[in-house]
This record gives sequence, C-alpha cells and structure tokens, in this order.
Amino acid sequence: MSTLVDYDDALSRYEPVIGLEVHVELGTASKMFCGCPTTFGGQPNTQVCPVCLGLPGSLPVVNRAAIESTIRMGLALNCDIASWCRFARKNYFYPDMPKDYQISQYDEPLCTDGYLDVSVPTPDGEVQVVRVGIERVHMEEDTGKLTHTGGATGRIHGADYSLVDYNRAGIPLVEIVTKPVTGTGALAPMVARAYVTALRDIMRSLGVSDVRMEEGSLRCDANLSLAPPGEPWGTRTETKNVNSLRSVERSVTFEIRRQAAVLDGGGTITQETRHFHEDDGSTTPGRSKEEAEDYRYFPEPDLLPVAPDPVWVDELRGTLPELPAVRRARLQQEWGISDFDMDSVINAGALGLVETTIAAGADQAAARKWWLGELARTAKERGVDLADLGVTPVQVARVAELVAAGTLNDKLARQVLEGVAAGEGEPDAVIAARGLVLVSDDDALLAALDEAIAANQDAVAKIQEGKVQAAGAIIGAVMKATRGQADAARVRELLLERLGA
Amino acid sequence: MSAITRAEVVHLARLARLDLPDDALTHYAEQLDAILDAVAMVSEVAADDVPATSHPVPLTNVFRDDTNQPCLARAEVLAQAPAAEDGRFRVPRILDDEEPA
Amino acid sequence: MTDIVRMTATQLVEEMAQGNLTSAEITRAHLDRIAEVDQDIHAYLHVDREGALATAAEADAARNTGADLPPLAGVPVAVKDVMTMRGVPTTAGSRILEGWLPPYDATVVASLRRNLMPILGKTNMDEFAMGSSTEYSAYGPTRNPWDTSRIPGGSGGGSAAALAAFEAPLAIGTDTGGSIRQPAAVTGTVGVKPTYGAVSRYGLIALASSLDQAGPCARSVRDAAMLHQAIAGHDPRDSTSLAAPVPDLVAAVREGDVRGMRIGLVTELGGEGYQPGVEQRFREAVDLLADRGAEIVEVSCPNFRYALGAYYLILPSEASSNLAKFDGMRYGLRVDDSDAGVEQVMAQTRAAGFGDEVKRRIMLGTYALSAGYYDAYYGQAQKVRTLVQRDFAAAFADCHVLISPTCPTTAFPLGEKVDDPLAMYLNDIATIPVNLAGNAALSLPVGLAPEDGLPVGLQIMAPHHEDARLYGVAAVLEGALEDTWGQPLIEKVGG
Ligand SMILES: [Mg+2]
Ligand SMILES: [Zn+2]
Repeated sequence: MSTLVDYDDALSRYEPVIGLEVHVELGTASKMFCGCPTTFGGQPNTQVCPVCLGLPGSLPVVNRAAIESTIRMGLALNCDIASWCRFARKNYFYPDMPKDYQISQYDEPLCTDGYLDVSVPTPDGEVQVVRVGIERVHMEEDTGKLTHTGGATGRIHGADYSLVDYNRAGIPLVEIVTKPVTGTGALAPMVARAYVTALRDIMRSLGVSDVRMEEGSLRCDANLSLAPPGEPWGTRTETKNVNSLRSVERSVTFEIRRQAAVLDGGGTITQETRHFHEDDGSTTPGRSKEEAEDYRYFPEPDLLPVAPDPVWVDELRGTLPELPAVRRARLQQEWGISDFDMDSVINAGALGLVETTIAAGADQAAARKWWLGELARTAKERGVDLADLGVTPVQVARVAELVAAGTLNDKLARQVLEGVAAGEGEPDAVIAARGLVLVSDDDALLAALDEAIAANQDAVAKIQEGKVQAAGAIIGAVMKATRGQADAARVRELLLERLGA
Repeated sequence: MSAITRAEVVHLARLARLDLPDDALTHYAEQLDAILDAVAMVSEVAADDVPATSHPVPLTNVFRDDTNQPCLARAEVLAQAPAAEDGRFRVPRILDDEEPA
Repeated sequence: MTDIVRMTATQLVEEMAQGNLTSAEITRAHLDRIAEVDQDIHAYLHVDREGALATAAEADAARNTGADLPPLAGVPVAVKDVMTMRGVPTTAGSRILEGWLPPYDATVVASLRRNLMPILGKTNMDEFAMGSSTEYSAYGPTRNPWDTSRIPGGSGGGSAAALAAFEAPLAIGTDTGGSIRQPAAVTGTVGVKPTYGAVSRYGLIALASSLDQAGPCARSVRDAAMLHQAIAGHDPRDSTSLAAPVPDLVAAVREGDVRGMRIGLVTELGGEGYQPGVEQRFREAVDLLADRGAEIVEVSCPNFRYALGAYYLILPSEASSNLAKFDGMRYGLRVDDSDAGVEQVMAQTRAAGFGDEVKRRIMLGTYALSAGYYDAYYGQAQKVRTLVQRDFAAAFADCHVLISPTCPTTAFPLGEKVDDPLAMYLNDIATIPVNLAGNAALSLPVGLAPEDGLPVGLQIMAPHHEDARLYGVAAVLEGALEDTWGQPLIEKVGG
C-alpha cells in the first residue's frame, strides 16, 4: 500500500496538473466499419462478421453516422473540424484485438482545439467555472471483451486462460483528450469529475451516445502530475479505466496524495500507467512507459481520407441541440435562482425533470423542492438515478398542485410521492387508497384543539403573555392527534381565535 | 543509414511476435542490413517539398450507411478456432498486465 | 475439334453456344487434365471437383432453359489461393492458414459464381504473395510447364502455370508488385493488373493494401478482357473500390488500333540487367507496333530508379501490419506448449507458421515503421511514390501508353535465387512502378528468347481508368505476332 499524504497538506506544497482521456461508445445502429449490431448484452460472438472478426481478406468501410456523431461532438466542444484527415493503424498484439491493430486516428484527428466550461462547487459554497481545453476528438474502434477463467479471483493475474467475445469489437468509439488542466489546486478532483459529468451530459443531449457507464460505454483515463508552485510540470502517471464519476474524483485524489508522499520523501515519480481499484480507491502501478509498445502508426491503407465539406459541417452544426451549458444558463435565468441552487439541481441529475415538472404546471420552487428533497432521498436509498425512480414530472406537478390548493400539506405530499414511487399508482389514487386527506373541517379540528389546550396549559399561558411562538407545541399536539392530517394553518387560526390572542 | 544491430533485431522480433532462435536473429540482422542498404537510396531523393502518397487513387469520403447486415453464425466462426469454450474463443493466459487502449 | 483443354475461353464460349460442348464436359476435361499433369506442375493447392461440377451443371441447366447467360457462363476458372472461398481451404500458400475454411466468399469469387463459372480450385503461390518464383509456397514450388526445372514466376505462379499447362482456360491472380504480370511473362501467357480499385479487394488476403490488385490471367488478350469484365466493378465492401462503370474491354480488343497512337518506351526500364534475348524480342515487338501505325517515342521516368527501394519499404511495412492477425487466436495454426502465456503462444505460432521470406519482410516492415525510423524509411518511400506518380503523369501527358519488357529475364532455374532475397526482388524492377502509382498494366508474350527458348513478356502501361487502352494495343500486337508465327505462342509449350 502506498504511503499517502493528507490531502490539504499535499495541496499546500504542490500544484496538480490533470489531463483526461475519455472513450465513449457511440450509439450507432451498426459498428464503426461493418453492419453488425451494437446492442449490449447479446450472446457472445453472435454480433460478428468477417470485418469485425478481422478475418483474412475482409475490409473496413466507415459508418457515416459515426463520422457525423464525432463531428457533432467536436462542434459541441467548440473544436475546429479538420478539412482533411486520415485513419491510422495502431499496431499492437492483444487477443481482444481481432486484427492485432486498432483502426484509430493519430496525428490527423477529426476535431481539434476546443474547450468545455464546467462548473465546480467550491468548499465555501460558491461555484467556480473552469475552462477545460480540448486537445482532440477522434474516432476509433472498440476491442472485444475478455473473461479471465480459472485461478482464484477471475482477474487477469493467476487466470489459467481467457475467453474472448468479439461482439464489442468494432463498436465506434470517440476519444476525447483534454489539454493539461492547470491552476485548479485543491479543486482538481472535482474538476475532473465535473468535466466527465459535463461530457456525459453533452453526449446525451446530442443523442450520440446514451452513455451507460455501468455497461462500460464511457471509460476514462486520468493523468496527473504534481509540481511545487512555479516550477515546471512534474512527471505524470496515467490511471486507466476509471469508469464511474465517483471513481474519477477518487483516483485523482488518491494520486495527489500518493505522488505528494513520493515527492516529499525525495523520490521521483515514475512515468507509468496505473490501475484503479474500486474497492479501496487506490491505484497500483501497471507497465512503465519505458517498456511500452512502439505502436508503429501509419495511415490506414484500407480507408480513404475523410474530408468534411464545410457545407456538411454547417448542416451538422444546424442539428446541434441547445447545449447543456447554454440550457443551464437559460433555465437559471427563467427560474431566477442562484448558482448554488442551480448546481444542486444539476448535481442531483434533476434538470430535465424539474424543467418538465414546471412545464406541467408546478411552481419552480415546488418542483425543485420535491425532486431534490423527498425524491432524491428515495432515489439514493434505492441506489438509482432520479430519472429511474418511476415517478414522472406530471405526477410531481399534480402533488405540487394539491399542496398549493391546500388539499395536501407537506407531510401528506411526501406520503403521496412515496406511494407513487412504490408503484401504488397516480397521486390521486394513492391519496384515495391511503386516505391522505387534509382535515380542515373546523368541528373536527376544534375537538382536537380543545383537548390540546387542556393538556398544554403552560403553553396557553405563554401565548397569552404574547409569546406566540409557543403555539407550536399546541399545533404539534393537534397534528399528532390527527396523525398529521390536520391543516396546520387552520389549526393555528383557530387556536389564536380561541385564546383571543 | 546505420547498420541494424542485433539488439534491434531482438526488439523487432518481440514487437512482431516472432519467436526466433539465436542463429536466426543473427541471420536476419545480416539480411535486413543488406536490404536496408539496397533500399536506402530512397533517402537520397530530395523530397522535402514533396507530399507523401498513402493511397494510389485520390478518393475521399467513402462511407456506408448506418444499417445492419447479417452476422456470421457463431458455430461456423468458432469451428475455425484453435480452441473455444462457452461460445467464446479460448486464448492462453495473459501474463502481460496492461491492456493498451 | 481441338482438344478441349487447349481451347481459349473464347472458343469454349462459342462451342457451348453452338451446343457442341457442355460446361460439364469442359469442366470434367480440365479436372482430368489436372489429375494427369498436376503432380508434375503443382499448379493447384486444392481442387474443388464437386464444387466445379455443381456450377457446371447449374450453367448447363440455365443454358437449357434458354435464359440469358453471362458471357463466360460455364467456362471454368482457377483462383489464386489468396482469395477466400466459403468452405473451401484457403491458405495463401502458408502453413499458418493450413486447414482454414473461410466462412465467406471474396467479392471476386462471388462474381465468378454469379457468372456461373465453375471454380476448378485454388492455385499455388508464394506464401502471402511474397516472392517472384512460387518457391516460397509452404506447400512446395510450382514448375514452369515450358521447362519444369524452372520457376513459373510469382507470386501467382500457380495461376500462370495452370494456364500454360492447360489445367485451366482462365485464372484469377493478384498483383502487388508484378505477381500477375511476371508469371504471365515467364509462362507465355497474358496477365493484367487493372487500375487500383477496379476489381474489389474484399476477400483478397492482403499483402500490401495500397498496392494489391486482383486481375485476370488468360492465354489470349480477348480471354483476359472477358474475365476482367466479369470481375471488375464497384464493391461497397471495399472503400478503395472505384465507382466508375467498367469500360467495354471486349470491344476494346475488337476495335484495337494503334494508328496515330504515341507509344512511349521507358528508358529506365531496359538496358543494363536485361537479358539480351528479352531485349531482342521486345525490340521486334516494338517494330511490329510501329509497322501497324504507332508512333514510338522514348520517354524518361527518372524517379523509377527509386521505385524498387520505395516498394521494398512500403510493402513490408503494410504487410507487417496486415499479417499481424495471424496470431493463432481465432483461426489457423496455434503452437501452444501448455505453460506458455499468450504472448509466447503468438510468437511461437508465428515463428512456426510463417516461412523465412515472410518473417524477413515482417521484420523489415516493423523496422521501417518504428518510431525513429518512420520518416527516413516509410515516410520517404511515400514521397518517392508521389514522384513516381508524377513521372507517370508527365509520360502520359505525352504518350497514350508506355511499354517495357515485363521482366529482365526469362524463367530462371528453381533454387537459383531462393536464398538471395535481393536478386529475387530485382525480378520486379519493371513491374513495380505501376503498383506504386496505381495505374493499369498488361503483360503479353512476344516470343521465345533465342538463348534459352523461353517466353518473353512485354508490358503495356496505361493511365488510371484507361484499362481499355491496354487491351486495344495488346490485341493489335497479339494479332501481328500471330501473323508472324502462324499460331499463338502458347501452342509451342511442351515442345
Ligand atoms: Mg485510443
Ligand atoms: Zn461485423
């Protein structure tokens, strides 16, 4: 186990430089270079053909939709689109790679030199916008999937042999590489996470990928180096296959603490790839760069150059939806809320849900309150995304409407939402089935109130002395007696009338 | 151009995944040297301002539509494999611990 | 009637049309001929008797219904073993693919099937098409029917020898640096390398993708034109396939005329290193073209002298990558000692499965692409390629076609160059520039060298997409030569 330095300590002595390489599987119907389907979860080796199996004699042909998706990605990331570029072969032997070379792009990427602005919450509750430079966006093909068999762990080490399924081989990938990101200080891990999150949201809003991280359709490599402030950048490590948003943040944090310990001890950082371990958030060394493959890139002779016509690029630009950052700014202004509140909505993955709930008639504050409160809590308990909770914006809008009309109070509303989330049907059905109606009938309330007054003479005395806040105890007693179904506002009015206060 | 060394030949053989015995390595070192000598005249051509030609015909933008085509039958594919198991290709254990990306 | 196997494809088509012969009879005659002579020639690696007879029966049945048939329906053909054929052994002349049964047809094979042409079998070749003598086949050499102690050329020696030994009337070859034309020249047959992209490469086991091109092999210019026409055309599965319609090559043969044509003799493709008898027959053929009304001019292509060097950098570079997939994981040979890891199994498999020349070129290509050497070797070779293209462009601005001897010598004895790679490479000196530039070329026989009595080939080169010009000029020259000799040269084979 590596020696680690306390995080704040590390940042007091070193400036981190981060770099991120993200691979995302595109959501095309067919693979990058052949007509095989890209659907996830098929029986092994049933989505293969001579091309994606790399059989002798077979030849690749580029999927137009994959090129278009990549160009649209590039445009969304403010990149320049190359007027002429080529595919290259990256040569290395590995059993998941059917041709023992990967068709990729090398020194002529399709998109270059862009940026993405990401919002990062700071510890003091502010939001800082960080511009992450994009070095390049290019296309390549995915590899097959290895399963390691035998041995104790099912991991690569100690396995007796491996099995290969080539269904994934040839699925189009876009690789997005950032420029080195500097000056983020202690925010570096959060910036890394926020960047990958923003990238995921852009992918989804463009419709180029559904980005299912749990299915491995987004894979991230995180580079990190440290140097004392003002000094040249240090040697970097590349942590491979960091495949969830949380892991991105954790791996960067870990590397900062580990590298700081090495440097503190007078050691040097080895330029190497490292593996991330989900269980404890640590990284361990892989192969060092010195022994790394010489990939012998050269222009792919089986494919012709791609030379996007400016007219075509403009057409594609015309298909771009409102991008997340623009949409965010617009909605924030429409709703008139603070940066912090907007971040809360976005971080909860609730932006679209809140927007649709408002469109269905709810007040913006109510929409935010329900999604970020009760529903977020339920989603967290169940370990699912808000969107997958089974509650629709229309249902939330209905609950908000009933609260506004005084038919439900907050407590009852929570119970209604809980019922909807539990699959008990529409809000009105839950209300009927559970009998969740607010009691505002004065006779019923007065009976409970009189009992409460009789039992809380201390509070009565205080109210009569003018300490109106003491009313809470009596109202609470009424609420308790009515199992929360009393209209608290009406109880308060009745109480004050009764006491003549 | 400099003569190719034996160490370079060893490295090349590893890169190319060719398990060559010692005498073959020596033999190839000599032959590669001779061939490289013979082809080295390409470097005499002053071609700083000449573009490289990677493709013999000047076509660009050849694409296919994003539609599905029939796949191969798995049985036919795996019948050709040196080893298969559980619908997958069976390959020897991987000692090397890094998967290039 | 002439012996069936000595007929040209053109004659066979005519006999079938007249009802004198069936495809089944023709196919059986060739299968019998193979059984009779192939133990001496070894043109075939695999004979597909059942498949060929089934297609023949299909062609005959279609003819009986009076259906409109493709021109070559019923005419058998042999296919170089570098083309995949579904369910039929395909080895590319290598041990590493021994026993492999491809699950799909090459586009060229599919075209032959669509044309109802019985496929007799797969012909021998230098391993992965690397060589000029077919001696690098892992399955033993092919012998030249003119003199069985000599090589039939390579890499497509099997296809050329099958034609010269009357084991097939037509054959498919592939030409990366001369592998159709050089075997044609040394076996007294006709071979054509179409414009790059004219014939699909899908299913052609790649040697060097930017140089490889499949084409027709035949015993006459007209036969070659018919086969070329049958296999050419756009293939959406090959990105480098040309979209333009296939010109009418048979019409080009029929209407061939060199009057008023300017024909360029390439200064750099002749002289030193060329056998005197080769030069002599070449000059006589040039005189015949002049007799028939062509204007002969000398043209210089100064960068051709760098072509061989560029070729032996580009080819091994692309080949080193193309042949990486032969790693023992998914098909073909696997050498597995139970304790080895995957890297070692791959390396052992490749060491055992590839022959010496293949390993040599893989090593050379790996070197030329390596970081630190790329610019000096591969990069510079690609620039030479540009210069060769420019030389062609300048020459074609002045001439309709260019001509040269196809190769510097006639067929050399088996074993003579097998251990001398550089000497072997020099065979391709005249054929390589065309592959680098991607244009079209044809070789046809122009006589026997006086000193050894072996066939001499003449190469005609045309600009991109002008394959028809080759056929027009070749048809005129073939006619003029036959007038001189009184019969086709191929009649003289075997004494
Ligand atoms: Mg990549
Ligand atoms: Zn496929």
